[in-house]
Amino acid sequence: MQAFKNFTGTVAPLDRANVDTDQIIPKQFLKAVVRTGLGKGLFFDWRRNPDGSDNKDFVINKPRYQGASILVARTNFGCGSSREHAVWALEDHGFRAVIAPQFADIFHNNSLKNGFLPITLKPDEVEHIFRATGDYESYRLTIDLEEQTVSDDFGWTAHFEIEPFQKKCLLEGLDDIALTLAHDEKIVAYEKAHPLPHRFE
Amino acid sequence: MAPKTLFEKIWETHIVHEKRHEPSLLYIDLHLVHEVTSPQAFEGLRHSGRKVRAPHRTFATQDHNVPTTDRSKPITDPDSKLQVETLRRNCAEFNVKLYDLGSRDQGIIHVIGPQLGLTQPGMTIVCGDSHTATHGAFAALAFGIGTSEVEHVLATQCLWEERPQTFEIRIDGKLGAGISAKDLILGIIGRIKTDGATGHVIEYRGSAIEALSMEERMTVCNMSIEAGARAGMVAADKTTVDYLRGRRYVPTGKDFDQLAERWLQCRSDEGAKFDRSVVYDGPSFAPQVTWGTNPAMVTDVGGRVPNPAEIGDNQQRDTVERALAYMALRPGTKIEDIKIDRVFIGSCTNSRISDLKAAAEVVKGRHVAGTVHAMVVPGSQEVKLEAETLGLDKIFLEAGFEWRESGCSMCLAMNPDVLLPGERCASTSNRNFEGRQGKGGRTHLVSPAMAAAAAIAGHFVDVREFATR
Repeated sequence: MQAFKNFTGTVAPLDRANVDTDQIIPKQFLKAVVRTGLGKGLFFDWRRNPDGSDNKDFVINKPRYQGASILVARTNFGCGSSREHAVWALEDHGFRAVIAPQFADIFHNNSLKNGFLPITLKPDEVEHIFRATGDYESYRLTIDLEEQTVSDDFGWTAHFEIEPFQKKCLLEGLDDIALTLAHDEKIVAYEKAHPLPHRFE
Repeated sequence: MAPKTLFEKIWETHIVHEKRHEPSLLYIDLHLVHEVTSPQAFEGLRHSGRKVRAPHRTFATQDHNVPTTDRSKPITDPDSKLQVETLRRNCAEFNVKLYDLGSRDQGIIHVIGPQLGLTQPGMTIVCGDSHTATHGAFAALAFGIGTSEVEHVLATQCLWEERPQTFEIRIDGKLGAGISAKDLILGIIGRIKTDGATGHVIEYRGSAIEALSMEERMTVCNMSIEAGARAGMVAADKTTVDYLRGRRYVPTGKDFDQLAERWLQCRSDEGAKFDRSVVYDGPSFAPQVTWGTNPAMVTDVGGRVPNPAEIGDNQQRDTVERALAYMALRPGTKIEDIKIDRVFIGSCTNSRISDLKAAAEVVKGRHVAGTVHAMVVPGSQEVKLEAETLGLDKIFLEAGFEWRESGCSMCLAMNPDVLLPGERCASTSNRNFEGRQGKGGRTHLVSPAMAAAAAIAGHFVDVREFATR
């Protein structure tokens, strides 16, 4: 995993609650056997009109949000299917973080495994960001993982929580599997003490 | 010792390593694998020169992407074909047992796990699929993971997990006559909403839960994710032990008796404390029909589609308006007045033999409405064969249903079983998200009996009255 670096980016507002992973990336893109190039499937059905043309009203199609790297959405973002393709598609499109009042558990986990930051803020803070994206043509936020803050160019700052272990993994870009294998002796000991009680072999 | 919940018992006996302020490293007893969320994980292993640590605890099948028509014909979609073959190659290379497409044991992963006796009480079970909670019906801690975690489990047989909170959902009394497990779980989701259990593991308890069969418990646990839960579970009891006796991966004789003793300990102790609790009355649940674009947008079959004008909260009103626009429903429409074009009976929620029996009972001697296209997709080849032995296939075929081969099919429409834009479907699956069953398709989630009755009537009807007509 690549180490997470602090960054400043334009915010695209997706004013919907319960955005499920079927919407983030529809099923036809799950047939891939690689994890690259999925940006073309991001919000596929919302980005297009029924006749296949671009839906110019959809947020990430608007010229002002081209190059946006932070998505802000309403509660329960990423609910539904466990497809990690949702995170791969957001990243491939150029997003590096999503801000919402609450995330679905599996999406949250998948994000962290990919160095993609799910930032949980209070509903009024999320509301502040939504309003600011309406007030300014290109509203930007700076994400500082070390300080655990989100701040704008006008002096507004919000603090977010993240588990210390997850923060460390993100900042150092640690390989989860290597980290686990450092505990190999304990895994072996566990396996010895807990053999399969039945005929799996 | 302080009394413990079922969740705590399983969690604590699976900790390989723990340290304050860090997630715990949990041992995973059983890893189930399918073709859609695994290719990149196997590729990762190959890339880093790693092996599958415990092939004997890893089982695979193809279910999401497979056609449900004639299995002797090749798969026509090249991408689906590639995924199915990729799993075959990966399982051969990494020595993982595959219940291959075309074999007698193929089926939806959450149907074949319990059916083979792989799913057992007290286990930790994962799969790259959000409906893994199904296996919690067996007093196991079972949850869905992403592909990075699939690779992690393949390589280490462990997972880093933050300890979730516990959530007791108790259903007292009895369910009313004609009320299914699907009505119960849809009713629960309608009450606690789609993020009501986020960060929690649910334990379903109470006399109404104890009275359920294993297949009914699977239906309930299956949809825990639709309430946002990490997992759902039910304590082990005689029903659990009886279901498992004689299954392929379950020992026999004295070994079974000893194991069954241990299984029966897989329950919360008297007085164990949950982080949250809710209690509902069994008789308060009616047959459910969803009207919107998430599973909490649900009401009783005797009810009506809501009127956004009556909703005070702006955001909620917008959400309902959007859902009604997508579903092409007018505010205040009676549920029973909603006409349907398609019926899908299947999915990891409702494709087991008891589901098919319940639907066949409604269908028997009747015929699908002229405007409706209906299909039954058994959850596994085993279920299909059993149904055929019982003559259920004939009942469905004579009534005008299609009778298909096993797979996930139109639950997520990755295979050719897809709704056309604008088509309205009564479906026994688990998600009514926009486009879930096909772009522009409109899904109403219901029980198998309700789906069967809707197929006959051409619109939703209360199966409790319909069955006696």
